[in-house]
Amino acid sequence: MRRLTPYLLILPGGLWLLVFLIVPLVYMASVSTMEGDVVNGFAQTFNFAGYLDAFGAYQTQFLRSAVYGLAGTAIAIALAYPMAYWIAFKGGSRKSTYLLLVLLPFFVSFVLRTVSWKFLLADDGILFEPLKSIGVLPEDFRVLQTTVAVVGGLVYNYLPFMVLPIYVALERVDYRVVEAAYDLYASRVGAFTRIVLPLSLPGLFAGVLMTFVPMTADYVNAAILGGPDNTMIGNIIQQQYLVNNDYPVGAALSFTLMAVMLIGIFAYAKALGTQNVLEAAAR
Amino acid sequence: MDPRIDPPFLRGMTQRRAISRRSALKMAGLAAAGAALSGCSIPGRGVTGTVAKADAVADFWKGKQKNGSLRFANWPLYIDKEGSRYPSLELFKEETGISVTYQEAVQDNSTWFGKIQPQLAAGQDIGFDLMVMTNSIQLNRAIQLGYLVPLDHKQLPNFGGNAAGRVKSPLWDQGNAYTVPWAVGVTGIAYNPKYVDGEITSVQELWNPKYKGKVGMMLDSQEVANFGLFATGVDPDKSAQADWEKAAAKLKEQRDQGIVRKYYENDYVDALVRGDVWVTMAWSGDVFQQIAEGQDLKFVVPAEGGTIWTDNMCIPKTARNPVDALMLMDFVYRPDVAQMLVEYINYIAPVPATKELILADAAKAKGEDKESLEQIANSPLIFPSSADQAKLRNYVTLTSEQEKVFEGIFQPITQG
Repeated sequence: MRRLTPYLLILPGGLWLLVFLIVPLVYMASVSTMEGDVVNGFAQTFNFAGYLDAFGAYQTQFLRSAVYGLAGTAIAIALAYPMAYWIAFKGGSRKSTYLLLVLLPFFVSFVLRTVSWKFLLADDGILFEPLKSIGVLPEDFRVLQTTVAVVGGLVYNYLPFMVLPIYVALERVDYRVVEAAYDLYASRVGAFTRIVLPLSLPGLFAGVLMTFVPMTADYVNAAILGGPDNTMIGNIIQQQYLVNNDYPVGAALSFTLMAVMLIGIFAYAKALGTQNVLEAAAR
Repeated sequence: MDPRIDPPFLRGMTQRRAISRRSALKMAGLAAAGAALSGCSIPGRGVTGTVAKADAVADFWKGKQKNGSLRFANWPLYIDKEGSRYPSLELFKEETGISVTYQEAVQDNSTWFGKIQPQLAAGQDIGFDLMVMTNSIQLNRAIQLGYLVPLDHKQLPNFGGNAAGRVKSPLWDQGNAYTVPWAVGVTGIAYNPKYVDGEITSVQELWNPKYKGKVGMMLDSQEVANFGLFATGVDPDKSAQADWEKAAAKLKEQRDQGIVRKYYENDYVDALVRGDVWVTMAWSGDVFQQIAEGQDLKFVVPAEGGTIWTDNMCIPKTARNPVDALMLMDFVYRPDVAQMLVEYINYIAPVPATKELILADAAKAKGEDKESLEQIANSPLIFPSSADQAKLRNYVTLTSEQEKVFEGIFQPITQG
């Protein structure tokens, strides 16, 4: 019985994943090589060329999504690291309050948060109207329906996913190690780059994983805040599935996206030089 | 070494190879995946011909009875409402004893169809007995796939007697075999006079570089295509592939010059009110509602033409209460009920007799009520003038093959 316990423990979660993740994935993989249309039906023809066609038709959107994902992740790091650092080392007894504040936006629906930006950033809205009337901004200045709005929305929506893992990693750093570095004549910069930063890398890696992947696959921000030149691959997949009912193209695009992101993440892990970086991130 | 005397080799040849549990699981998984990959396909469910046969009607309705309840899926802000009550549905309950569960479940045709399609394909209840869909690629698909119940017109005397001639027997559903209109609207141009000098009368204004970054177009391929076609001087309902390509080139030019701010869904109204767009493709009822709320906006049917579309009531094949649904379909064609609806919905009334009823009420009313009733009765957006009506065109009706070509031409423009 004791030998069986670990298996019993993973049984519910394992079954859950099997039924709701693996089975649909296999089914979608199968759909991705079919041909046909929704009225006449889809037949399995092992049409692997469909992948090339789909990728070829939407490579602009793939590239754009990757660029937005990278840019969003970089900005999120720049914003989140100092925030997490400050909460971990200077937060004192109010740490949990600050963490709650970081999480507070999650109490409002994702879509609603994004839509509220439309009011804030309207061309003649509460933010820009005064600035335009005193001549700080030109009359035709706008943020909505630009790349800035979409990447900004992505950062805004996923920022907590970057703050929290970095915070957890920094929180675990024993501050005496830093003091020891000072005792050994390390400069403030030196102590940070050689002691604190390396110790927080697993958290940083987890943060990158948790923001880059959903940012790249996101479609809400581009749909609400973007213009004609901001369409991301998520928007295309959504459209192929729900508007065109072209399931094979949608599935092929999804799998291509998944493959590209997995390759990217492993390349990144390798470049970072941490072999078991995924384990490190989970620790 | 001689293999015949090598013990491991002999064992390997003569005994069953031990398979570890892990590799067994792996193989089982692979086998399942293989079966899934090669075995299944998704069958088509097309039915031949789109006109319901008389016996199909009789077959479906035979033995069906009123159940006293009805689940109705409609678009937001699309029925008369006082607080949380729906007066017309309460009247329906009073007269027929049928209680209606009303939900604003439909946001746009494609998402709605995407949601109900798998359930209908599997023959399952979608949770609704009556739904409203625009004449669209999705509605055509629902008809072709046999997802809709053929209507028994013997039970629809009010529709037969009171509906306007122009809403009867439309191109996409001849003889109203599967659908009857809920409301009718016009796609035209709306603009904000605060930013636009003078009047806008032509579709070409949507291409005017003066409004660069301030022009709204619609995301729906058919809507945007129609205006591309008007701009190139072609009637959408008579257009063919060569026209589509020319219209697409025109639309692409508009996009590439940065004139289009965004391809909008319903959210164009907010953008117009906020001043993010100055000139935009628009639906008549949306704009009327804004004007009624005091916004200074204008709506025009452009000189080149505008399109007329219909939101249609239809009964999904898996409905549990089809008789009740059919009764409501007929009920809303009674002029007094149609009047309750049009006074709230502000789209073109499918029952022309409502105009006289509203004017009669206006004559009796006083003050603000009188004003608002007269505004409705005299609004060209609700009872369009004959000059405007002459400019209205239908959507082109596409077969499944044509639709692929059509989408292939127009979607890349809005996809960006």
